[in-house]
Amino acid sequence: MENTTASPAMPAEETGAAPDFRVKMKTRNVNVHYAEKHALRDVSLDIGEREVTALIGPSGCGKSTFLRCLNRMNDTIDICRVTGVLELDGQDIYDAGVDVVQLRASIGMVFQKPNPFPKSIFDNVAYGPRVHGLFSNKSDLEEVVVQSLRKAGLFDEVKDRLGDPGTSLSGGQQQRLCIARAIAVGPEVILMDEPCSSLDPIATARIEELIDELRQNFTIVIVTHSMQQAARVSQKTAFFHLGDLIEQGETPQIFTNPRHEKTQGYITGRFG
Amino acid sequence: MTEMARSVLISGQKERVRRGLDRRLRSERRFRLYGVVAILLAILMLLFLAGTIVSKGYPAFYRTWIEVDVLLDEEMIAPDGKTDPETLREDGDFRGALIESLVAAYRPEGRQQENQLIAMFSTDAERTLQNFTIANPDRIGSTISIRVKAASDIDQLTKGAISRNAPESGRKVTDLQLRWYDRMEKEGRIGTRFNAGFFATGDSREPEQAGIWGAIVGSFLTMLVTLILAFPVGLAAAVYLEEFAPKNRLTDLIEVNINNLAAVPSIVFGLLGLAVFLNFFELPRSAPLVGGMVLALMTLPTIIISGRASLLAVPPSVREAALGLGASRMQVVSHHVLPLAMPGILTGTIIGMARALGETAPLLMIGMVAFIVDIPGGPTDASTVMPVQIYLWADSPERGFVEKTSGAVIVLLVFLVVMNASAVYLRKKFERRW
Repeated sequence: MENTTASPAMPAEETGAAPDFRVKMKTRNVNVHYAEKHALRDVSLDIGEREVTALIGPSGCGKSTFLRCLNRMNDTIDICRVTGVLELDGQDIYDAGVDVVQLRASIGMVFQKPNPFPKSIFDNVAYGPRVHGLFSNKSDLEEVVVQSLRKAGLFDEVKDRLGDPGTSLSGGQQQRLCIARAIAVGPEVILMDEPCSSLDPIATARIEELIDELRQNFTIVIVTHSMQQAARVSQKTAFFHLGDLIEQGETPQIFTNPRHEKTQGYITGRFG
Repeated sequence: MTEMARSVLISGQKERVRRGLDRRLRSERRFRLYGVVAILLAILMLLFLAGTIVSKGYPAFYRTWIEVDVLLDEEMIAPDGKTDPETLREDGDFRGALIESLVAAYRPEGRQQENQLIAMFSTDAERTLQNFTIANPDRIGSTISIRVKAASDIDQLTKGAISRNAPESGRKVTDLQLRWYDRMEKEGRIGTRFNAGFFATGDSREPEQAGIWGAIVGSFLTMLVTLILAFPVGLAAAVYLEEFAPKNRLTDLIEVNINNLAAVPSIVFGLLGLAVFLNFFELPRSAPLVGGMVLALMTLPTIIISGRASLLAVPPSVREAALGLGASRMQVVSHHVLPLAMPGILTGTIIGMARALGETAPLLMIGMVAFIVDIPGGPTDASTVMPVQIYLWADSPERGFVEKTSGAVIVLLVFLVVMNASAVYLRKKFERRW
């Protein structure tokens, strides 16, 4: 977890190109085809380090597809073909020399529906470190699990029942467990695919707070259907429509002063 | 106008719904009735089947004994005066001693009557006498009272399967034998006991000596070979096809063919086994090894199909979660997908095995239908299996084999029920709550 020791200096409400803005992931002319369907067209987007980038747009616009390109989850779909440049810290992630296992250890993912393993809470969080062999003894592993649960804001609620099945938690707790599970591997980037869509407003608020805290240590890309959520949690927003990246920029600018009329139409609720 | 149209529609609609409701409820009641009747019919048939088999088969589990007083004549049993087990077994004329005592007690007149008397006892009787003498050599020279196995026809008479009222020519027991029988019964020399031999011996030409144990061991060895071959191969095929193989024309073709194989009549697998395993590879005939190989081929499609269905039923979210954490595809399968699919795979395997256990036709083709008395000691020994044993006994003309057939059916059904129950148990045990 090299990120935890990095410098904390990061303006909370960053606007404009601050001097310490650094591009974590760079994409240029990304195209995705599902068999004959052209799902994503020439998407070029920079994702800044230690900030939250929100991907918004109506259903089927390609925002989830784009998110899944960032950790090569699309590899598991036979008919999916990805072209273009996608880089993490200047390294092409689709390069033949890149091991997808290692890539996903650096880029964690949280899914739309909370999907804890049917195992204990402890084993859920410990799974990633175990798979990657990130600990040398049992107490190290326990430390990693406790720290991850703390960072996910779940530890106090589950500290007395780490042996209970992860599926016995409430929906919001399960989603935070999934976030803890992703953090435990020590990623640099966390991808979130509509993490709050199956949660109630209170659980959603907890997750949003959590995202804001996690921003200090992680680069976060979040796909969301809720424009309010995008406005609340993100610093950068990208608007997708029918496979095109229509507009990208600072979140306040997108929501108050969109340059493109489609963006305006979507955020004011005229379509989508 | 629109206002009026709507009100007309609403009043008409209510009326129509009300009328339709009766019809719908009626059809629902009718459908439920059909269901209840169907289930009752099924239960009735099952009860009838079970009742027939049990009532016909339970006599196989006990047998008739006759108590005889035998003089252990030293001159016949131990003419040299040696009483060590070896000599007794080799030289002792126990049959002669038994006949001598019987003749003395029941006084048959002439050779024919003597034969009738001897025919009332199983050929096993002299062995009982021999074993007793070997165990108690000090009793030689004295008269002992010993219970020996009755011949099958006498056994059937005791169990009421032979009618006394039939004319003598129409029954297996002669009038003279009946008289002796009645005398023995009056003297308390006839009784029944649990037929332990049925579960301890192999097949025999004499119904009273035939047992199912040889077939049980043969079935066990065959099933073992089937399981060892079919389970790993089936599991690997299912996992590869479901989790790793690309979805293209070739895999589609393979899938169609596996489904077709599952529907192939079992005798075809027997012919295949005959042609390939016996004639080409020259493996031993009648052996559980070959039987197991043939049944493994037959069971494979079932295991693959049920395995794929169970793997498919594992929610994709679990795969995504593990992949997202950086698990390799093999780790995703072995850590998450396979444990979750295991109950279903095991159930499918056991059901496939249960079907193989009851299979007769393919085993006839590879010679497992031979008459085999010895208990097989290994998978390459000649043997038979339970369903084939049932088939063999059902084909035998002796009256005594009727109950053996049904008795063996009961044993086979018990095995099947135990296997299916264990499938249910395993599924419950390994099923994970979500």
